Amino acid sequence: MLRRLLLFLTRDYSCRRFVARVTEYLEGTMPAKERKRVERHLRECGDCERYLAQMRTTIELTGRLRARDVDALPADARARLLEAFERSCGS
Amino acid sequence: MAVDYSDDAQLVEALRAGDEAAFAWLLDRYGPTMKRVARSYVASDAAADEVVQETWMAVITGIDRFEQRSSVKTWIMRILANIARTKGAREHRTVPFASLEAELADDTPAVAPDRFHGNRTGGWPDHWSRPPLPWDDEPAERLVSEETLETIAECIAELPPNQRAVVTLRDVEGWESHEVCNALDISETNQRVLLHRARSRIRQALERKLLGDP
Repeated sequence: MLRRLLLFLTRDYSCRRFVARVTEYLEGTMPAKERKRVERHLRECGDCERYLAQMRTTIELTGRLRARDVDALPADARARLLEAFERSCGS
Repeated sequence: MAVDYSDDAQLVEALRAGDEAAFAWLLDRYGPTMKRVARSYVASDAAADEVVQETWMAVITGIDRFEQRSSVKTWIMRILANIARTKGAREHRTVPFASLEAELADDTPAVAPDRFHGNRTGGWPDHWSRPPLPWDDEPAERLVSEETLETIAECIAELPPNQRAVVTLRDVEGWESHEVCNALDISETNQRVLLHRARSRIRQALERKLLGDP
């Protein structure tokens, strides 16, 4: 009986729906009522809990790209822009 | 007292007064972000460099007229996004440029539909048939390795322009959603849809890379 109830609670919210709405959940823009249903689903569904954890890891890893210094302004371009700035202020 | 360039009012005043150090600070602070966002819309590094240059020239000539209704960084990014979009559209004169509308109209699901049960596959409809396997508990050396980060960078490089710009600003640069909406001139809802698709694709790329195609 208890097991059936747990199954019912888990299945009240589908995994497919959770995956489609995970960003709303993470952004905090999900309506409170739905958020409650999601949280109940997550307590019972290890797969969706894992999916959520992986989305968080994805975001964290993506943030590490910032430290990669591959996009710095080339030195000559930087010098030219500083010159242009100086000229425009002198005029 | 030293000027605090991270304070917008002081920064703008210094720029208007011709303070070269203020402009140098601005170049170093936002140059890399601008290049990354520009690259979302145009096809080559060289074209992105041109977009960044043009943006800086517009900043130099426009600073006196800047009304400070938004932050300096949002103002600069708005200029950049406009220049980059125009250039991107021009580059794509022969092939259709992925407009925001086209990107939003594409309703390919974030996760392949065959990973969920259908009505006749035996399991509970719309619940996982092939659930996500663990890859996020890989040893840290592997998870944060240069190879993993390259996988993410490659995935981002293949995203449609608007998804790429949004995920770059939000998750690479760490901007707030309202700043991104303002800079790219898109609604909160559209921003979230684009972010969702981009993040879902990156998660999938990581899954493929770390597990081998499941």
